[in-house]
Amino acid sequence: MGPAPCLGLLLGLLALPATLGQRSSGSPINSSQPQSFAIVSFKWNHVKDPYIITLWILVASLAKIVFHLSHKVTRVVPESALLIVLGLFLGGIVWAADHIASFTLTPNVFFFYLLPPIVLDAGYFMPNRLFFGNLGSILLYAVIGTVWNAATTGLSLYGVYLTGIMGHLDIGLLDFLLFGSLIAAVDPVAVLAVFEEVHVNEVLFIIVFGESLLNDAVTVVLYNVFESFVAIGPENVTGIECAKGIVSFFVVSLGGTLVGIFFAFLLSLVSRFTKHVRIIEPGFVFIISYLSYLTAEMLSLSAILAITFCGICCQKYVKANISEQSSTTVRYTMKMLASGAETIIFMFLGISAVNPEIWTWNTAFILLTLVFISVYRVIGVVLQTWILNHYRMVQLEIIDQVVMSYGGLRGAVAFALVALLDMNKVKERNLFVSTTIIVVFFTVIFQGLTIKPLVQWLKVKKTEHREPKLNEKLHGRAFDHILSAIEDISGQIGHNYLRDKWSNFDRKFLSKILMRRSAQKSRDQILNVFHELNLKDAITYVAEGERRGSLAFIRSPSTDNMVNVDFSTPRPSTVESSVSYLLREKAGPVCLDMQALEQRRKSIRDTEDTVTHHTLQQYLYKPRQEHKHLYSRHEIMHNEDEKQDKEIFHRTMRKRLESFKSTKLGINHSKKLNKIHKRDRGQKRRNSSVIPNGKIPSENPVQDFALKEKDLEFSEPEDSNDYETLHLGKGVDFLADVTKQNFTDTPSGIDNPVFSADDGQSVYMKFSPWLSSEDTVVPSQRARVQIPYSPNNFRRLTPFRLSNKSIDSFLQADGPEDRPRSFLPESTHM
Amino acid sequence: MGSAHSLPAEMRALAEKTGFTSDQIEHLHRRFKQLSRDQLTIRKENFDSIPDLEFNPIRSKIVHAFFDKRNLRQESDGLADEIDFEDFLTIMSYFRPIETSMDEEQLERFRRDKLKFLFHMYDSDRDGKITLHEYRNVVEELLSGNPHLEKEAARSIADGAMMEAASICVGQMGPDQVYEGITFEDFLKMWQGIDIETKMHVRFLNMEPIGHCY
Repeated sequence: MGPAPCLGLLLGLLALPATLGQRSSGSPINSSQPQSFAIVSFKWNHVKDPYIITLWILVASLAKIVFHLSHKVTRVVPESALLIVLGLFLGGIVWAADHIASFTLTPNVFFFYLLPPIVLDAGYFMPNRLFFGNLGSILLYAVIGTVWNAATTGLSLYGVYLTGIMGHLDIGLLDFLLFGSLIAAVDPVAVLAVFEEVHVNEVLFIIVFGESLLNDAVTVVLYNVFESFVAIGPENVTGIECAKGIVSFFVVSLGGTLVGIFFAFLLSLVSRFTKHVRIIEPGFVFIISYLSYLTAEMLSLSAILAITFCGICCQKYVKANISEQSSTTVRYTMKMLASGAETIIFMFLGISAVNPEIWTWNTAFILLTLVFISVYRVIGVVLQTWILNHYRMVQLEIIDQVVMSYGGLRGAVAFALVALLDMNKVKERNLFVSTTIIVVFFTVIFQGLTIKPLVQWLKVKKTEHREPKLNEKLHGRAFDHILSAIEDISGQIGHNYLRDKWSNFDRKFLSKILMRRSAQKSRDQILNVFHELNLKDAITYVAEGERRGSLAFIRSPSTDNMVNVDFSTPRPSTVESSVSYLLREKAGPVCLDMQALEQRRKSIRDTEDTVTHHTLQQYLYKPRQEHKHLYSRHEIMHNEDEKQDKEIFHRTMRKRLESFKSTKLGINHSKKLNKIHKRDRGQKRRNSSVIPNGKIPSENPVQDFALKEKDLEFSEPEDSNDYETLHLGKGVDFLADVTKQNFTDTPSGIDNPVFSADDGQSVYMKFSPWLSSEDTVVPSQRARVQIPYSPNNFRRLTPFRLSNKSIDSFLQADGPEDRPRSFLPESTHM
Repeated sequence: MGSAHSLPAEMRALAEKTGFTSDQIEHLHRRFKQLSRDQLTIRKENFDSIPDLEFNPIRSKIVHAFFDKRNLRQESDGLADEIDFEDFLTIMSYFRPIETSMDEEQLERFRRDKLKFLFHMYDSDRDGKITLHEYRNVVEELLSGNPHLEKEAARSIADGAMMEAASICVGQMGPDQVYEGITFEDFLKMWQGIDIETKMHVRFLNMEPIGHCY
């Protein structure tokens, strides 16, 4: 089914409410006097408004689906343009059915419901560092640029008007300036919509986008000032009024910003205490930000600035405070609201244009407006960039300037403002409205269409999507410190100096107030990247596991051969010789495991728990697909998955680190280790020749068990080891303890890998079951050490040693078949 | 030296050598005298008098870099006890921003110099390799600003980073291969695609008489 019939269906659906609305309003008497009790009554009027709104949203969303059915179209034509065209089309149909423009974009709806989500989204996901790094440039463009655009456009139009080309209009200088001020502002919605698809480099993007956000204050002030001037009449405008206008600019912009910051503070503070109401946690973000918008609006300050800064300021603390799930919820909800609002805005811009009542055509006026806004935008950008480049470190080049000039899109804000104008005060309101619509359509459709080819043609530096690298982050951090130190040493106050001071202040005071204690710990960006990378690795591993149809391989490098090892049933001790062999040969690397031993010792009390837990954990893989069918409004059941993910994560991490360790620690032990590897491998070969596939050709229940285990695909030596340790009991640990003393002085490698760095799970994790999987190794080591002391256990130990044949999975990690695998993630994310 | 720097000839020589303008040199010289308390040379202790530096987690590394002879473009190795103004300028010149007049080759050298400086900072034992141990030290210092972080976390981060470096530089390693540390070539490799020249600079050195807008 192509998009066409689909669209037709939609249109039919849309025309329905319109006609229905007419009919039902035409015959009110019928419904008001019911003859008898109706089992089913048709209450259209009852649901009319929400129904229509919902239908429109549905249509807009469906339209989006339809657009994206064809990648060819969306790649060339920006979605915003498509939506406008669709709007025009739908508007035409509604008009044909109804002959009244019943659906238009009213300023009220726009400013109260559609704009805030978009701006909040912009603020909340604002790349702060980039934004503040370019704040100077952004402010210049936003303030001076907008004033310049407004003034020049208004004045030039007035100048041309005086020549008489436009014919007679009931219009004065102030009206022109008013028009200039509302048409001057670059629109955040349109800019976002178009630039998101273009992917220019981040500096360029942040400048254009930042400008479009911050110029709101200027627009609002200019608009209000000129509107009141028009209202009181030109003869009453005095110098004092003008001065008031300038003062009001500062009040409106700074006031709006302060309101935003205040609510950001409030929001961060609230989010610190939402630990027990996780389920409504995301709601706070939206509600409090929206309050900032409304408050600013109430105080006639710049609402856009308020909500922008609310988002910008709170993001760091809120993201640190709320749980990961909530954070995801916030992210998705925000994106959904914003992109939904955007869709609706553009569609309704199209629909609103289909209304003959508002159309007043004046070719000269409209054309000249188009020419002037484009020309003055270019001149303004060039002039300001020229000034800026004296100060900027990274120069804005000609190409950037072209894109910036061309990216000066006008949009719904201008339309909403012009629609707000009062017909009685501004006589030529309709002309302004029509011109604004033309300008918006022209910029969004024409410039939106052409900006992509332009960017390609000019070879504008594009954003490179690179994975975050740990090294990069580390060096970046080092840079910040070095640069601020150099500034300190040379006695200058610069960017880095300020940033340094701010982050000190933030760390010392703000974070303490606004962040949960646990969040303070993990908020470090480097940690985040680390965490992200690890997660990515873990996911790669799991994906790999799924590809192979088993997760088992993740657990241990040589699981394939070890599947059958299981609970410590005594086995024929045919291999005693090999054990002693190993004992003789492998005393060297024992130190490697000492930290693991210590780990073990720490968790001595939890051993039992751990084992139980561990076993349970193993089986958690089984019901993976199943979800708890419990309903609770206040709780989301996600424990299973979460734990599983975490386990996978930790296991993966361990593997990574182990393989790493054996490489890195090679500095100390390399030769020894290498020698041992070889032996080890020789050993392995021997073992496997004795017992093919590590399976003991034994009889009885054991095998049964082994088979079952295999089916479950969890079976692996860890279990057995844990059990073994359990059986062997404290004695082993104790002895290990003793032996540890002898070995710990050797610098041990990476102990207790990521986990302390991991947020919110520290205590649990430290003794967590899968941590003990590190001890995979330990029992064997320990056993080895321990055997001389307790010959009773000797026999029991042998079998699993044998089947475990790797003996030392640390060393195993270096095994040839394992190496490429363990480095797989790196190579994929490079 | 010292006061002799006001001589135009010497100034010009310095300007030529380090690429600073005479205004910048003059300014830095004033600062130098302030730091050295009108002495001809600066010793490590002089840096203690800078209050803002105190909170810098990698403070010692940075101060160290000033006295590292490798950075002073003398062939010799080791640590200097004191540095004179010329050395001071030399170190500072690592932080000059790129100039538009630079050609490809100059840019490349410029970049290399900056990276070399960084590399020396990490490679504290001067063996031409950033070993795991050295890397861990740096990371620990870097993260020391956060009191909640344990050393282990820092270490495992360093380990992760090292592993990443290994995978970038060596690719897939053989089973017996040992990655001993990041050499300067590897270091260059890691920085590929990151335009350090636009990052590693300090604005003031581009100083013009007008104040700071940002």
